[in-house]
Amino acid sequence: MTTLTIPAGMPQYDDKPRFDVERVRADFPILDREVNGHRLAYLDSGNTSQKPRQVIEAVADYYARHNANVARSVHTLGTESTELYEGARAKVAAFIGANSPDEIVFTKNATEALNLVAHGFGSHADDPRFRLGPGDEIVISEMEHHSNIVPWQLLCQRTGATLRWFGITESGRLDESNLEELVNERTKIVSIVHMSNVLGTVNATARITQRVREVGALLMLDCSQSVPHLPMDVVDYDVDFIAFTGHKMLAPTGIGVLWGRQELLNAMPPFLGGGSMIETVKLTGSTYLPAPARFEAGTPPIAQAVGLGAAVDYLTEIGMDAVAWHDKELTAYALDALATVPDLRIYGPEVPVGRGATISFTLKGIHPHDVGQVLDSLGVQVRVGHHCARPICDRFSVPALTRASFYLYTTTDEVDALVRGLEQVRKVFA
Amino acid sequence: MQLDQLYQEIILDHYKHPKGRGLREPYAADVHHVNPTCGDEITLRVALDGETISDVSYDGQGCSISQASASVLHELVTGRKIADALAVHAAFVELMGGKGQIVPDEEVLEDAVAFAGVAKYPARVKCALLSWMALKDAVAQAVALEKEEV
Ligand SMILES: Cc1ncc(COP(=O)(O)O)c(C=O)c1O
Repeated sequence: MTTLTIPAGMPQYDDKPRFDVERVRADFPILDREVNGHRLAYLDSGNTSQKPRQVIEAVADYYARHNANVARSVHTLGTESTELYEGARAKVAAFIGANSPDEIVFTKNATEALNLVAHGFGSHADDPRFRLGPGDEIVISEMEHHSNIVPWQLLCQRTGATLRWFGITESGRLDESNLEELVNERTKIVSIVHMSNVLGTVNATARITQRVREVGALLMLDCSQSVPHLPMDVVDYDVDFIAFTGHKMLAPTGIGVLWGRQELLNAMPPFLGGGSMIETVKLTGSTYLPAPARFEAGTPPIAQAVGLGAAVDYLTEIGMDAVAWHDKELTAYALDALATVPDLRIYGPEVPVGRGATISFTLKGIHPHDVGQVLDSLGVQVRVGHHCARPICDRFSVPALTRASFYLYTTTDEVDALVRGLEQVRKVFA
Repeated sequence: MQLDQLYQEIILDHYKHPKGRGLREPYAADVHHVNPTCGDEITLRVALDGETISDVSYDGQGCSISQASASVLHELVTGRKIADALAVHAAFVELMGGKGQIVPDEEVLEDAVAFAGVAKYPARVKCALLSWMALKDAVAQAVALEKEEV
């Protein structure tokens, strides 16, 4: 074995922020479960994450002690629940470096956040930045989740605008070679995934941001996979909108986030109409509150927001730098381990650089359904299929993929269980 | 979970050595079915000779369950009267909907009894049914076309 000595003055290996994975695991009751007579190895966090006791308790405590509707009561419980709900908004704002909690719009999930922005555009929008018609272009990429494809397709159908996309390189990176041509004076918005839920690729956005600013378009990032795993600072990233979803970051389902620059949010028309989003309502017409209330019609997911606040506290306590480093070490370990499995091909970057803790692969001659089924019989939970990102499968000419995705509670033992399981898969289908 | 209940020898055998695979002419109807949740696909053709299904040819991609099911279907249905084929179809659909509680009739279902274990795996039932749904669709189209021609 060779030992590498890092010169003094450089960041040392031991300087990396770390946490005790076993202590983290103790916070997640579900990880004690058995599945099909085996110890659970939950390798599907890219799909949805597990929840720590702190989040489960925050939700239970909210219902047990504070439950009331928000923003429309003078009574004590209503005040408490409003404070908890707005407190969660402030926590989320701080978590992603937003300038103000007013830039945080709570939605149902990332999908709704993406749809909300797509619905901000239209043929008759007051603000020219959101006015869209034939000749205008929207740019996405080939590595998008369906929820960052279909809303834009629908928008193009409504307005006659044209949808265009970045390709993917053979090694699973965003192909920026035609950036200048693709993003041009006709482009109104570029909306791309920050971290791919299939390939694991973390897209470097600096060049794209620069080009978007040059042509005066808007930039949205789908951060569903990145915000749970990487430190995020929306000011630093210089983007206009980001979307993410609570359930992938230790929070309950039913709560998502749209962050947008305040001035832009207030230039957008409402999405859903109803209570809590209006200034005045007359039968002849209504006026709307500024963001975020403008976009939160009806009773919001209050307990879920409280749960998201608790999740953000949990992640902040551990530190997102430490989460990202844990992901990186685990991904490096898993990439090496998977390379030992015969006939296994990885789709996406094969080095633990510019990628997150999500690894998709095929086993030659064995359909991912069958891979997933045999793994399940051994307690190993992976996702199989096209992962709501069909164009990626088309790009690489595969009908489906198997995906293992990790999080802060994932251990190298679980990666080993995956690798052992894959040996078993090969035996069954030999 | 007993994996070998799901992956019966018969199923693995049909998967590795599919019967009647490949698209053939002539045919009376040609359908394409997909399973949107997992991307499994099948193209299936039926050829009719009067009241008899003279051939079922197919091509597709998917897991062992969906592919083996198509192979078994080919064996079971080819050469049968339409009405008999639809009865087999009904028996297979019933078996798949039975959550593992139905004892299949081997007389009717032959090799398809091996799929009894699949019925216990809700996520896989759709895989097993893909080709059978395509068959029903193709037969209905073929019959309708024939009626138009008469
Ligand atoms: C990259 C990406 N975008 C969007 C989504 C949609 O998230 P949700 O289903 O919570 O709206 C997902 C979740 O699978 C995702 O991975």
